Amino acid sequence: MSRALKGGLFKGLLLLSLLVGFLMLAALLVDVFKDGLPYLDLTLLTNPPSSDPAIAGARPAILATIYIGILLLLFVVPIGVGTAVYLEEYADKTRWYNKLLEINIQNLAAVPSIVYGILGLAFLVRGIGLGRVLLAGAMILTLLVLPTVIIAAREAIRSVPDSIRQGGYALGATRWQVVSRQVLPAAIPGIATGSILALSRAIGETAPLIMIGAVTYISFDPTILGPFTALPIQIYSFLRLPQAEFKLLAAASIIVLLAILLTLNAFAIFIRNRYRRSW
Amino acid sequence: MTQIGLDPGRANDFTPREPVFQVRDLAVSYSGNLAIRDVTLEVYEKAVTAFIGPSGCGKSTLIRCFDRMNDLVPGAKVEGEVLYHGQDLYAADIDPVEVRRRIGMVFQKPNPFPKSIFDNVAFGPRVLGLKGDLTERVEQALQQAALWDEVKDRLKESALGLSGGQQQRLCIARCLAVEPDVILMDEPASALDPISTTRIEDLMHELKQQYTIVIVTHNMQQAARVADMTAFFSVEVAADGKRTGVLVEYDRTAKIFTTPSDQRTEDYVTGRFG
Repeated sequence: MSRALKGGLFKGLLLLSLLVGFLMLAALLVDVFKDGLPYLDLTLLTNPPSSDPAIAGARPAILATIYIGILLLLFVVPIGVGTAVYLEEYADKTRWYNKLLEINIQNLAAVPSIVYGILGLAFLVRGIGLGRVLLAGAMILTLLVLPTVIIAAREAIRSVPDSIRQGGYALGATRWQVVSRQVLPAAIPGIATGSILALSRAIGETAPLIMIGAVTYISFDPTILGPFTALPIQIYSFLRLPQAEFKLLAAASIIVLLAILLTLNAFAIFIRNRYRRSW
Repeated sequence: MTQIGLDPGRANDFTPREPVFQVRDLAVSYSGNLAIRDVTLEVYEKAVTAFIGPSGCGKSTLIRCFDRMNDLVPGAKVEGEVLYHGQDLYAADIDPVEVRRRIGMVFQKPNPFPKSIFDNVAFGPRVLGLKGDLTERVEQALQQAALWDEVKDRLKESALGLSGGQQQRLCIARCLAVEPDVILMDEPASALDPISTTRIEDLMHELKQQYTIVIVTHNMQQAARVADMTAFFSVEVAADGKRTGVLVEYDRTAKIFTTPSDQRTEDYVTGRFG
């Protein structure tokens, strides 16, 4: 076999692997859009679920997903960035407890989401008696994506060159001044990108929310301290109903969820490209 | 013996004034590895003192003791004494942040902050909370650093758009804006072209009227051109292969370059160093 032929074959294999992912996504989108598009209307966005498919919507679930997203960002960004700043700028990396902390975070990122659900049920819902409320859902999703945010923020902080820190220190700045005026502003694009990607992962999660008792049928707008559902759960519950129209309604809800996720991801890519800096 | 780029009339008549730094039996180690040892020397007020020597001789390590930048390196340990106007810089009650407000530093690679030209120079006065008109202070610092005419119409533009030489003069201006007592320069021109290098050297001649300057350089001609006092460092290799910097000779620049007392200095300045 000639070398050129081998090279061509290899390239063909690479394209084939690329095609698998691309075709799957395309098939999924076509299928969902074919079923869901006719049902994608204001009724879906503004009405609560109902036993009559003609007037059933997903408003409580959409609202809850938005609330969860906002709460999640409020929780996860300060905690995640704070941890990353400590580990990168303050921690003495030769100490055993800092090493332990680091390994711990890496491992947390690999824990299955259902386990977080069990944790949430035990400690948040029952332990501190928060109950099966939206706040508990947001908190448990915060824990779920916290490692991702920490890792992304650490990467962003680490990519700020040391010469910038030294320049700050040499002018008599304190550690906090160097961190807050030089390191963090320069790391914002990376931190924002990581946080948004973490958010889009969180709002697609179902298992931990079911575990802590998100309800599958809810006909009123959610509150932070009230019972709630979320868009993925709503989709699941539409699919379990007997009438065929609900399957189409589920497809339309999937489009809404995908639209939210893709918007968030597009925003992350925009931030990354807009503020990317070469040193 | 060859004499390189020296202006004997200038360097010979240097009379040391008050010492600003008095270094006694200094040794610095990184995680137990000795980088430099047995350094005893004095740095004089309103003069340029140069540290020269081959790579690994500890000259950069030494200059970083003067503003306690070594504190930022995990595992760094400083032994011996560094007195600044008679005050031990490593005494327990000395805050390194306070030390660095008085003793400025310019680095090998220009390191402007990713901010506007104005904000770069204003950074120091802002973090230190210095009183007075900030705009005036920034202009004055840029003028002292001989950069004002080139940047006065684009103070709001990013400092990263400046040329390497301009960036380095911006870093000098940034350092001057906090009115330091001493300016430490760690190979300030080694990343610059010859014309930019000349400008930095001219600047040093200007600045030493007001400031005490310590410069690390591996460029002997540069030391000969700018320095009043020169310290030559060398590397000693121990039996186990560990390399440690030592101070070989410290004297008036003219003496170091024309009639050094140590054979190692002579070998180095005449280019016979292996």
